[in-house]
Amino acid sequence: MSDPAGGTIDLAEEFLGRRTPMQRLQVTLHRYPYLSPLIVLIVALVIFALINPKFILPGNLSFITQQTVVIGTLAIAQTLIILTAGIDLSIGAIMVFGQMVMANLALTAASNATNFGLPPWLAITIGICASILAGAINGFLIVKLSLPPFIVTLGTLSVFTALTLILFKARTIQGPEMPDLLKVMGVAIKIGSFQLMVGVIVMLVLFAVFTYVLRMTSWGTHIYAVGDDPQAAELSGISTKRVLFSVYVVAGFITGIGAWIYIGRTGAASPNADPSINLDTITAVVIGGTSLFGGRGTLIGSLLGAFIVVVVENGLALAGLDQAYRVLAIGILVIAAVALDQWIRKVRA
Amino acid sequence: MSTQALALEPLLTCRGLVKSFGRVIGLNGADLDLYPGEVLAVVGDNGAGKSTLIKCVAGALIPDTGDITLNGERREFKRTQDARLQGIETVFQTLAVSPALDIASNLYLGRELRKPGVIGKVFRMLDKKRMRTEASQHLQDLGIGTVQSITQTVETLSGGQRQAVAVARAAVFGSKLIILDEPTAALGVRESARVLQLIKDLRDRGMPVVLISHNMPQVFEVADRIHVQRLGRRAAVVTPQTHTMNDVVAIMTGAMTVDEKDQALGPVRSAN
Repeated sequence: MSDPAGGTIDLAEEFLGRRTPMQRLQVTLHRYPYLSPLIVLIVALVIFALINPKFILPGNLSFITQQTVVIGTLAIAQTLIILTAGIDLSIGAIMVFGQMVMANLALTAASNATNFGLPPWLAITIGICASILAGAINGFLIVKLSLPPFIVTLGTLSVFTALTLILFKARTIQGPEMPDLLKVMGVAIKIGSFQLMVGVIVMLVLFAVFTYVLRMTSWGTHIYAVGDDPQAAELSGISTKRVLFSVYVVAGFITGIGAWIYIGRTGAASPNADPSINLDTITAVVIGGTSLFGGRGTLIGSLLGAFIVVVVENGLALAGLDQAYRVLAIGILVIAAVALDQWIRKVRA
Repeated sequence: MSTQALALEPLLTCRGLVKSFGRVIGLNGADLDLYPGEVLAVVGDNGAGKSTLIKCVAGALIPDTGDITLNGERREFKRTQDARLQGIETVFQTLAVSPALDIASNLYLGRELRKPGVIGKVFRMLDKKRMRTEASQHLQDLGIGTVQSITQTVETLSGGQRQAVAVARAAVFGSKLIILDEPTAALGVRESARVLQLIKDLRDRGMPVVLISHNMPQVFEVADRIHVQRLGRRAAVVTPQTHTMNDVVAIMTGAMTVDEKDQALGPVRSAN
């Protein structure tokens, strides 16, 4: 930076120079927010492998990836939303709604009242559309009525859950009742003794696609800008409302894919499926280094965060610890992750 | 610099702008004239409606009534984007930069460059390399940046450097006029001098500038005409040659009024 006095102030030197090791660490973590979950995951893998050698057997690693696939997929949607400084508490309810739509529409057993017998591809498409619509409802309430995302999705969590029970009569649809296409995400491809689920491949493809979208497109840049400082984004000519609404719609689409994967992974469609999934996705995103205040975070961090949640559960179980200790460990990790985020954010001059 | 009126059409005129916020009246029939190639300073006490006035011109606020005319054509700006498309760039007091994004992304925020061909059209891929090269080139041209720092996030910059980014964004993309709202408020002496030099450079390139400032010495240093805003309206327009700083303060507070024939309502500077 040249100035009238003729001197030069080097921004880069000002940026890097004269810092203590702690400050350097802070700056590094600030630039690469996925570093901390990466370190945590590697440390966890090493420790659990040392405690119980069974942990790193291909069979157990396959199991871990299968356990991660639904949390991981929904974590993509949750990351997009949290990057805009929002939150989606209804994401699990939308997923359950989506899978019940798919399963009921494709149902072939003649005994059932909600027997539509649609072709499986059409049932899946309608199920994904139902999830998109649910996301759009969240987006509409948040953008048009200017309600806080926390309150909106807390409400729609109950609404979508109730809707599922009212429409589909609390009946679990078993695997054999459904056509194969609905369960295709659960098909395992054998690589030696490691079993790679189709759903895991789909999840990784979604991560790759949305990492590209966030990093390399205007829409991605605008998501960060809106989450960072909505007033500044608006004054810079970004339509913050359009960006916010589109994020909830896209999150609905990803959740719809997640619903399809869920059917494949569990081999059934239950209206009471996994009530902890809402908070698990938020846990994964937060452990993954994405700031709840918006504007900072990465998808790769959320993928690592999803793996950490599952690895810690699985590793502590194999180490012979009680369920309560696993819950405790996840709780401590979440608080540590948020505390780390607060510290990293202080890098702002 | 000649003080006699030149036969020039104003580039921008505002007539009778009214803007109220609930019971508070921000603008009460405000007028504004900006002539080609001039630096117009807008001064006034707190609450005189300076920021409200320029926010209407910049599209950040929509006036309740009143006309804004640009190049003889009446314009209604609903969003800042509308004003930007007409070549009006604004540096807001809040700077409107995104702290978590890097300097290049901030410079191109809302008008990102995409790669040519299928990659850009179908896959919407941004041309980050070109944005970075051009951004650092622009910063160098303006004398307010270095090449190494273009991928640095704005939150790691000092207040003055952030202001430089915001001013650079306006200077690069403004094609008709540039509005600066308190551009030196957060700056030190040396950085302020740099911004004032930039304003003079912009004027020398024929770019009209509207400068809002509290700092009288700075206003008298760069302004061709001084628009004094008082109680939501234009109280007077004077020049640094015909009036002193004390006069301007007196007009601001209502202690002095200026006869219309002694005002500088017409252009005082020939466009180059």
